[in-house]
Amino acid sequence: MNEQDPHTPGTEVTPAPEHGAVRLEEGHVVGTGGLPERFTNPGLPHHVPRMADLDEAAARRAEKQVATLFGISILGTVLFIVLYFVLDVDQTVFVPGIGRTSASNVGLGVTLALSLLGIGLGAVHWAKTLMPDAEVVEERHPMRASDADRAEAVRVITEEGGRSQISRRPLVKYTLGGALGLFALPLALQVGGSLGELPRKSLSLTWWNGGPSGPGEEPTFRPLRLMKDPENQPIKASDVTIGSVFHVMPEGLLPDPETHEGGAEDLLEEKAKAAVLLMRLDPAQIRSQKELDWGHDGIVAYSKICTHVGCPVGLYEQQTHHLLCPCHQSTFDVTQDCKVIFGPAKRPLPQLKITVDDEGYLVSAQPFEEAVGPSFWERNSS
Amino acid sequence: MNALAARRRHPAAIAVLLMLGLFLTGALYSAFAPEPAEATTQALASQSVEEGKALFRANCASCHGVNAEGRSTGTDDQIAGPALAGVGAAAVDFQVGTGRMPMTQPGTQAARSDDVKFTDEQIAALGAYIASLAPGPEVPSEEAVDPTQGDPATGGELFRVNCAMCHNFAGSGGALTRGKYAPSLKDVSGKHIYEAMATGPQSMPVFNDANMTPESKRDIIAFLTTINEQENPGGMTLGSLGPVSEGLFAWVFGLGILVGCAVWLGAKAA
Amino acid sequence: MSTSSARPADALRAGDPGYQAPPSGAARRIGGIAGWVDDRTGAAKPVGYLMKKVFPDHWSFMLGEIAMYSMIICLVTGSFLTFWFVPSAGHTVYDGSYVPLRGVEMSQAYASTLHISFDIKGGLIIRQIHHWAALMFTVAIVVHMFRVFFTGAFRKPREINWVIGSVLALLAIVEGFAGYSLPDDLLSGTGIRAMAGFVQTAPVIGSYLVYGIFGGPFPGDMIIPRLYSAHVLLIPAILIGLFTAHIGLVALQKHTQFPGPGRTNDNVVGYPVMPVYAAKAGGFFFIVFGVIALISALVQINPIWGYGPYDPSPVTAGSQPDWYMGFADGALRLLPGWLEFHFWGFTLSLNIALGALVLLPLVYTVLGVYPFLERWVTKDEREHHLLQRPRNAPVRTGIGMAGITAYTVFMFAAGNDIMAIKLGMSINDITWFFRIALFVAPPVVFWVTKRICLSLQRRDRETVLHGRESGTIIRTPDGRYFERHEAQLPEEQWVLVQHEAVAPLELEPEVDEHGVARPAARSERVRAALSRFYFADAVNPVTPAELAAAHHHGHETEAIEGAQPSPELESSQATDRS
Repeated sequence: MNEQDPHTPGTEVTPAPEHGAVRLEEGHVVGTGGLPERFTNPGLPHHVPRMADLDEAAARRAEKQVATLFGISILGTVLFIVLYFVLDVDQTVFVPGIGRTSASNVGLGVTLALSLLGIGLGAVHWAKTLMPDAEVVEERHPMRASDADRAEAVRVITEEGGRSQISRRPLVKYTLGGALGLFALPLALQVGGSLGELPRKSLSLTWWNGGPSGPGEEPTFRPLRLMKDPENQPIKASDVTIGSVFHVMPEGLLPDPETHEGGAEDLLEEKAKAAVLLMRLDPAQIRSQKELDWGHDGIVAYSKICTHVGCPVGLYEQQTHHLLCPCHQSTFDVTQDCKVIFGPAKRPLPQLKITVDDEGYLVSAQPFEEAVGPSFWERNSS
Repeated sequence: MNALAARRRHPAAIAVLLMLGLFLTGALYSAFAPEPAEATTQALASQSVEEGKALFRANCASCHGVNAEGRSTGTDDQIAGPALAGVGAAAVDFQVGTGRMPMTQPGTQAARSDDVKFTDEQIAALGAYIASLAPGPEVPSEEAVDPTQGDPATGGELFRVNCAMCHNFAGSGGALTRGKYAPSLKDVSGKHIYEAMATGPQSMPVFNDANMTPESKRDIIAFLTTINEQENPGGMTLGSLGPVSEGLFAWVFGLGILVGCAVWLGAKAA
Repeated sequence: MSTSSARPADALRAGDPGYQAPPSGAARRIGGIAGWVDDRTGAAKPVGYLMKKVFPDHWSFMLGEIAMYSMIICLVTGSFLTFWFVPSAGHTVYDGSYVPLRGVEMSQAYASTLHISFDIKGGLIIRQIHHWAALMFTVAIVVHMFRVFFTGAFRKPREINWVIGSVLALLAIVEGFAGYSLPDDLLSGTGIRAMAGFVQTAPVIGSYLVYGIFGGPFPGDMIIPRLYSAHVLLIPAILIGLFTAHIGLVALQKHTQFPGPGRTNDNVVGYPVMPVYAAKAGGFFFIVFGVIALISALVQINPIWGYGPYDPSPVTAGSQPDWYMGFADGALRLLPGWLEFHFWGFTLSLNIALGALVLLPLVYTVLGVYPFLERWVTKDEREHHLLQRPRNAPVRTGIGMAGITAYTVFMFAAGNDIMAIKLGMSINDITWFFRIALFVAPPVVFWVTKRICLSLQRRDRETVLHGRESGTIIRTPDGRYFERHEAQLPEEQWVLVQHEAVAPLELEPEVDEHGVARPAARSERVRAALSRFYFADAVNPVTPAELAAAHHHGHETEAIEGAQPSPELESSQATDRS
């Protein structure tokens, strides 16, 4: 455990009988037979001179090497400046092993590297070959201040500090303590209180509830068509063939894909909750009656937001009907109402109840019955 | 030889020897490794359904059944090969044209192979036979998969929503459950990408024309062609696998080089 | 100039090395500038002291410097990037020079990162240097920490610096995560999405916490500017403050050194700052910068243009954080779902909170606390300036390796999907493998490491007692063979015998001298048990007596050339030989 010198100055190590155990440095076996208990430090080894110390030719060679490295650095710097002006930012170049790459990135990077490495390698080579290489010894002193200094510090704090009369005036002492303890509260309140809105019900609402679902919104339900993401076109039930998967957003959420106009005001915030995955299975394969009832002819819609930490669960395997989350590999079985069959998620993906409107398009029959996405403390209470 | 003997105790000698050994082993292996077996099919030049049927019986029926009705392996409900009525000529062209079929042995997933066992004419004949069983997706026309007619930016948006979660943002592929995977899309022809979307091979869902219009499919092909052909502005891509390969590079090469420099810096000069 | 008068500034400080120096032209000039400063600050004394300071030379002492220099590179390149980066979630439609994204809606943060990468001359190389340097910063911190831990450099008086270092390490990865999130591309947005998800699962206050951080519903407009101010102002300020304290304490306490001939607990053997260490350390800065620039020129990092703008609906396969957050992400992948509980209408998601909210601070707290734990066990109150060879502290080395193993299992688990496709394995099998490995591997690694350390110590003893194997086979006249063992040089021997013999603490007798029962305090019993755990099977160094005994008996089994009981005698012989 310990070093060879147990007698570090300044750390008076006295066997302390009040300790219940034997001190570590007393634990070892004591030597015998008049021989020293331990080997003694043989001292610094002889300095072995380098080639450059003995041979002036070698030293001159080292000098030339160092100068060459510094020269490479200068060259690199000059080349960098030249390339900066010569190369266009969108020019490309073929580099073996990389392929076509940005000429300015590789050109400026390599010349910058030359400019830096030349200095670095040159300086170190210089230090290693020409600067003195005999090791120097510096004495250490214990970190601990002398007893007198310690006593003085304690005295200043207690006696001189005591002259403030803090210990004799409890009223001052306690009010100061209270004031110091409280003064940060206004600052903390300002930043903590104004960071953001309170969630209210918004974590439990989505655009499927009938429209904007941010904090304070009270959307009223109306059936919303299921729209393809990102094309924003409604989906006919007959278009959803077995084995296909549609990425879906509610009607009115997405802007026009051409003009970027319309859609939700808080587009990303709404998308983050409303994304839905639409699949069609052979109804015979669906093992949950609720799933069948909430779907339409084997067409089922589930929230795409993982119940683990909220990544989009988009990986649908059309043969096994498994949905896999690419972030943490939670796997949901679509034939069993999206029950978790592997991975860190606990809850099944919430199902969106769908039906068909008069024109044959798929519409929502009711909003999500529970909060979508990751768990939170009060999610079942509202 | 004397010079060599003098250097054999050099600190770098072990490293050099190791590299040399590894290199030689690799070289010997590549020289003596068994060549992949040659395709045994004989060329049969015919476009007709009858020729396709003959080819099918000879090469595919063992798994898919004599009349492409599908066959079970006999254990549980595992199938040796699915029924093929209605998969269309596009599915045949994709599966056979990318070397996935015929599979040498049943596995979790048929892998793409450069070793395509049939000629284009034979594939067309097989497709004609399968298409004659029931209507299904057709092999797309040249124009339908022409990347120059698509919009790569729109294709990129479609790709990110519909494809990237399995195939990765750069089409490098990704993992699915239980050993299945979404393959890399590098150097896959536009025709095969179109066919894969239209037919939904293996784990992949089907993207029919209502789900994704032919124009959208062409946009995706245009996007993939663009990112395949464009330069890698930053240099080596490390497989376009994201932060894992970057972290590995930092640990192995970044740290390796810098520690090497530190060792050189701390070593006494000769 | 006043300095060229009869009283130059450097003359004010008698005893300065410059005082006696003949006033050459150069010295007078330096005296002129430096004197002006010294007149006003009295800096000559501390500067002279610092210039003479001795630093020991060892490659592993440069690991901390790699971290320091990488941080400086990040600061420099990061300042450049702020000139063009727009930390705003405001919407814009891209019309820059990257064709596959033209006409796509995106945030200004993402658009400006594309602008830096494609339209600013040299912008991409600066961005790549910044990111590679950040990765090297975090890598170097970890490896530096390994070195400090395994050599026992954290022992008194350096516990404070170890704690500062642990905080620095934690801040570095938080700083890295904030930076990784800024470009607002699909990958980093998914990272923020996961962050929002796990903050939301914090018991009781989760939903308020996440709405506070994001200024409302996820993702909102506030997170990019807030992360930006944390990334460029708040965390760097703390990082630099703590780093200054860290390096200041190194200067104050002087660097530790490896044991060796001439090196004691009371000295530092090495090279002075002026000129050797200044050249080496200064040169090393340029080497680190140059190597990172070279990597950035040739190897692409975080191609944000490929990921596309963030949108909560799409996601990419292989969504991982940068490596330093991998352990937390891996923990999220390994934790089973049954750790989420529902009761009284509330939801407690330990499957998430344990991995994300608990593990991250826990790792760094355990690290920070370790020196105090070990000191409590050993009751060792002395200052330690000599490093330990890791083999001479087998249990600590084992603990460290077990910790690294657990960390590595978590970290590799974050790459399970990449492993699955690259190794052709099932992602489910890999996940289960890591789940089991998390519990099985650390104890196994602990045991194996400890055994290896003990074996190495025994080999050291063998080498000291019987000399080193020469490879020369001798045949005696009567036909017996033996290998000649050569005595070690005392310098070689010293490294193997310098460390202190140890034994576990023993409880005092249960009864005192009057036969009265003396119940040992519970803490003493725990301490004694832990001490046995640390030191029970310690292999102690050879003592001179043992060496003498070995030489006395040695002739019966093997010949030892130059067998001498005392290293001092051997020393003279060794010098003769060389």
